[in-house]
Amino acid sequence: MNALSHAQTGNAYNFGFLDEYAKKEVRRAILKAIAIPGYQVPYASREMPMGRGFGTGGLQLTLSLIGPNEVLKVIDQGSDDSVNAVNLRQFIEMTCPGVSTTTKTTECTLIQSRHRIPEQPLTSNQIIVLQVPYPDPLVVVEPSEDKRKTMHGEADYSRLLVKLYEDIVKFDEITISHRYPTRINGHYVIDPSPIPRWDVPKLDDSAALVLFGAGREKKIYAVPPHTKAEPLAFSDVPFRVEDFRDDQGRRHACTRCGCTDSFLDEFVTDAGGKTWQCSDSDWCEEQMLLARETEGEPA
Amino acid sequence: MSYVAIKGGGRAIAGAAAVTEFLRTEEGLSEIPAEPLGIDAILHQLRHLVDRVVSEGGVYHPKFAALAIKQSLGDTLEAAFALRAWRSTRPRLSATPPLDTSKMRLIRRISSAFKEIPGGQMLGPTPDYALRLLRMELMDESPDAFRDFARTWLETYPTAQLPDSFPKVLDALRSEGLLPPVAGRTQAAFDITREPLVFPVPRSAQLSTMARAETGSLLAIAYSNMRGYGDVHPTVAELRVGYLPVMLPHPITGEPTEVGEVLVTECEVVAMYEADNAGGKPMFTIGYGACFGHNEVKAISMAILDRALQKGMKDGPANPSEDPEFVLLHVDGVDSMGFASHYKMPHYVTFQSDLDRLRTTQQKSGEPA
Repeated sequence: MNALSHAQTGNAYNFGFLDEYAKKEVRRAILKAIAIPGYQVPYASREMPMGRGFGTGGLQLTLSLIGPNEVLKVIDQGSDDSVNAVNLRQFIEMTCPGVSTTTKTTECTLIQSRHRIPEQPLTSNQIIVLQVPYPDPLVVVEPSEDKRKTMHGEADYSRLLVKLYEDIVKFDEITISHRYPTRINGHYVIDPSPIPRWDVPKLDDSAALVLFGAGREKKIYAVPPHTKAEPLAFSDVPFRVEDFRDDQGRRHACTRCGCTDSFLDEFVTDAGGKTWQCSDSDWCEEQMLLARETEGEPA
Repeated sequence: MSYVAIKGGGRAIAGAAAVTEFLRTEEGLSEIPAEPLGIDAILHQLRHLVDRVVSEGGVYHPKFAALAIKQSLGDTLEAAFALRAWRSTRPRLSATPPLDTSKMRLIRRISSAFKEIPGGQMLGPTPDYALRLLRMELMDESPDAFRDFARTWLETYPTAQLPDSFPKVLDALRSEGLLPPVAGRTQAAFDITREPLVFPVPRSAQLSTMARAETGSLLAIAYSNMRGYGDVHPTVAELRVGYLPVMLPHPITGEPTEVGEVLVTECEVVAMYEADNAGGKPMFTIGYGACFGHNEVKAISMAILDRALQKGMKDGPANPSEDPEFVLLHVDGVDSMGFASHYKMPHYVTFQSDLDRLRTTQQKSGEPA
């Protein structure tokens, strides 16, 4: 497409909102990010018409990758219907005529997500774009970006490991709950975005390309398909995902679909009790459908 | 149960937009129905709002700035943000050569360094010496009084021909050898709209980042330097406000051609002298500030920070205002307001993770979970 064609048509926005030069810039950064797994590629992030921190980095990736035949899924906190997911989806539908959207993980070719990776394993035909608030895992130990860049180059993560060690000394546990530092392809350690620890193992040897976009911090990085992704841990203190067992050691089940192997959201009921539900709304729907089918009821 | 679990996020968004629009339009239901706020009224009567928004939006488009102010109900952060987002859709077609600010058509220029300056001091429009008393007569201003003042002012306006441009105060200091000569430009100006800041960044990147910074953020960091977390102690050699001719190469001949003018504020501060490391004469040092629109506090803050950052680059930062990463990564209004706002979005998943960690560590320390 001629980069100038839409500038001359007056008010109409270009397909994908951004002008074509901007999209090309983002694609070049993506290629570099794939070539150097885990490396944070700086790029000239554009201002988008929604707030910095609402997924503008992910959105720029999505808009640079999307074509008219794409089938897109947008999720926030695992849900397709959260206000932010709806907002992003509506914006993409408005600026990318012809694109189809779906809530089904199995049907989409491109996923933009905040804070979750779907429970349904992704395939090699899919790309997932994660929205990133803090791209650099070293920010907890070093505020200067200039110094962090050197540390990354030298794969010097000693201060991060010391932080994990200090946690164990103080609390007998690693206290990092989400944004768990993860080493990619044996070198760069990434901040995998605020996904729960539950989702971190999904990055390892993923069939799908995983892209990370930080709009405000102006960085793009990637975990290419079938690349090693190891959460930082010690040989005697292994990495652990969230624990959803009750006092008796029984795993909580989703109150809707009964699933006992998904990441759960905890709810306080009006009666003051607690219930649990799948965080991934599409997964929950699919499990319910499956249960009905096996019971022989009409779906 | 929650705003994620409920179906109908789209309806909720539409409802929120509608009630906001109602607040903007409800005056139309008054006994004497109000007129919608005109773009021209914003451009003229709320001109400093427009100045602020073109400056922080980083696009010189006063009309769209006024529109952004109107649709954001006067929220400057939101308005600058809308203007910036609009800019993302425009390809960059050309770049101007460096523009000569001595060619500015001035509406105001002062120097606090010298009583008399070549060309003279010109106070122009400023509230600096006004008493900040509420003008109760404006509560119910009649259109006649409004028009009469403007008409009378024009009739009594001093007709003496003002020069088209004024010499710059710094040039006089420079010719006396009190300021270092202007360094030849070694690199093209850094374009912050097309390149990310990867530190260390050249001074042109620092200046352009500050030129579209949020006024309050810039002021706060500059003020920290003025009060004691720094040592700039500036003197305003010159502060000028006026219309700067914008030149572009002519599409056929390539000759620089004036394509319009932009209202800018420019400030040059002089700070205490420094010895030359190479054994040369000690000289004053300069800080420079410039931005779109009439924004004097912003231009002065920028000039002070420019001077502070030059010192930080040379000797290493001794306080936050001398640290380029600290200053430049925290003054952008679109970035900072966006991130502050994003905390209003659901964080259920990460909070669930936090709960898991806290309960586990509580259990280990023997406290009830």
